[in-house]
Amino acid sequence: MSEYKVPTMAEMTSSGESPEILFWVGCAGSFDDRYKSVTRAFIKILNKVGVSFAVLGEEETCTGDPARRAGNEFLFQMQAVANIQTLNGYNLKKVVTACPHCFNTIKNEYPALGGNYEVIHHSTFLQQLINEGKVSLKGGGSFKGKKITYHDSCYLGRANNIYEAPRKVLEALDAELVEMKRCRTKGFCCGAGGAQMFKDAENGKKEVNIERTEEALSTGANTIAVACPFCMTMMSDGVKNKEKEGEVKVKDLAELIAESEGL
Amino acid sequence: MQINATLFLNYFSRMEYLPQILFLITLGIVSFILYKRIARIRSNIMLGKEIDLKNHKSERLNNMMLIAFGQKKMFKRPVPAFLHFLIYFGFLVINLEVLEFVIDGLTGNHRIFAPLLGGVYPVLMNIFEFLAMAVLISCVIFLIRRNILKVKRFHAKEMTSWPTLDANLILVIEIVLMLAILTMNASDQLLQLSNEHYPDTGTLFFSSNLIPLFEGMSEGSLIFVERFAWWFHIVGILAFAVYVTYSKHLHIFLAFPNTYYGDIAPKGEMRNMEAVTNEVNMMLGIQTEQPAEPPAEIARFGAKDVNDLTWKNIMNAYSCTECGRCTSECPANQTGKLLSPRKIMMDTRDRAEEVGKSLASGGKGLEDGKSLLGDYITKEEINACTSCNACVEACPISINPLEIILEMRRYVAMEESGSPASWNSMFQNIETSFAPWKFAPTDRFKWADELKED
Repeated sequence: MSEYKVPTMAEMTSSGESPEILFWVGCAGSFDDRYKSVTRAFIKILNKVGVSFAVLGEEETCTGDPARRAGNEFLFQMQAVANIQTLNGYNLKKVVTACPHCFNTIKNEYPALGGNYEVIHHSTFLQQLINEGKVSLKGGGSFKGKKITYHDSCYLGRANNIYEAPRKVLEALDAELVEMKRCRTKGFCCGAGGAQMFKDAENGKKEVNIERTEEALSTGANTIAVACPFCMTMMSDGVKNKEKEGEVKVKDLAELIAESEGL
Repeated sequence: MQINATLFLNYFSRMEYLPQILFLITLGIVSFILYKRIARIRSNIMLGKEIDLKNHKSERLNNMMLIAFGQKKMFKRPVPAFLHFLIYFGFLVINLEVLEFVIDGLTGNHRIFAPLLGGVYPVLMNIFEFLAMAVLISCVIFLIRRNILKVKRFHAKEMTSWPTLDANLILVIEIVLMLAILTMNASDQLLQLSNEHYPDTGTLFFSSNLIPLFEGMSEGSLIFVERFAWWFHIVGILAFAVYVTYSKHLHIFLAFPNTYYGDIAPKGEMRNMEAVTNEVNMMLGIQTEQPAEPPAEIARFGAKDVNDLTWKNIMNAYSCTECGRCTSECPANQTGKLLSPRKIMMDTRDRAEEVGKSLASGGKGLEDGKSLLGDYITKEEINACTSCNACVEACPISINPLEIILEMRRYVAMEESGSPASWNSMFQNIETSFAPWKFAPTDRFKWADELKED
């Protein structure tokens, strides 16, 4: 039996408890093999710091983001209204998610449909834990002095002006943060946003993720840090395409923290 | 009546008033043309749907002051920003001199502010000359950047013959206008020596260097040169004002309302479609607080043509000066896809102009069998967008090409069911499995089992 607990809202409610935060896992975090490991890393961190949390489990459904970006407003709103009913039914106030697309949708787009929550992306949440001393990465761990580059997620960065939190988390690892030429407000997309994740790219000279991966590799970093499931897929594919998967790893912030904590 | 006519003729026959009358007529004609052009542009912008942007007044004012007046976003690229700032600042200040031109033109005075401002006047004239030189040099460097260095963003596919000519014309006209000011000042300084009509300006820093060109001319020739340069400058400026309304250069005015009405919400937020919310609530049997309003006339879901966009979208298009910062940062464009956010804005403006022109001449307007999506913008373009907001971030005056792209996707998905097949599969997956991938909803929580095995 594992030491890690993953309480669901249904369980908590039936035992009369209410968690401090809801961890919104997202579809990639639930189904994508690579991103499930990010979900697990984040759960380990939540367990370790002793935050009172719960997940929706099977009650969670797609926020509707890809449908809305692809133009299907009906489907988006059907999803949104159903999710809002679930969240409001549990009287939830604070939502944390490891997906910038879920984050953007719940934070910015659910209020118009009656869903008002404090929504926090896991990069900000991890930064808060570090600031509060709940995660202390003493001794510089395994990342000390190693080069890490951070790839800005468009839906965190330009869409929501979150540029510093992920970088603060990486700095806490005592790693050497090397920036790509196009970073922060000028960050170059991984190519998957706007529902591109779910179709082939239009005809062009190059794949967007290859262009971005080349830029990331040119920094000489051996870890490409990401904070988004789509960026994770695109950058991992890019690294594989460049046959660099032996030397260069694509990791989410939560994985890096968990690893450095020995979780 | 007879007496009046005689008086009028007498008045007219006095040649000394002729320049003033000519000036008044010129001013009248230009004002009329400008009035017609502004009215047309206004009605073209108003082809767009209503959108309430009366909120957040102080934040909007602040944005306008920082972004338009203060050029804040221009400075992300310091070299063109500095040169552009010189032209912008020169334009603002030299317009004070245009005020003097207009008063002189109407009253028959020469340099009416000179006696009023006394010793300050020569200082001001020198400042104007420094600015005129700064504008002139900046325009020359901009011409070099465009035509000799061939900066990449000025040479994309959508920069066809007219946009290229337009850009060069603007720069050349500005150079010529500045040369006219300097020529006028040079001949003026010579005339000051012999003719009391010309108030003393002292030696002016730049134009005094041109004096040798005119030395030795008769007074009559000098007056001709001075008057010619004066008329050339003021008529040039007035003609340029008319030209601007047909040109990408309209940004010099529209940048202000455009930044004022720019987006306040986080860039990631897509505007909710109320019409859809009503239907969704009805389908799900959700009671809404307000009794369902009589269904507002929904022309269409999403945007097929300019009238499906908001007036703000169309104003954005008229504000675009085709600098291409958006396109140069667009990941789709930079990897060779057809999409160019600048082209989206240029197409929107061209279509609005086309419709407006047709309506004004009693034509079919929007019903001409053409539409923005299809005849100007293709699905391949809008399908290439990653909604990364790089274009929105890059625009120095808060234009939002992304909103137009996403409104068109809404039209394609909801009115035509014409989305790419893989998107239709994704829609189906969300409908049936509540995830964009085809996984059983009952497997959604399986990741936790794997965690327990850790």
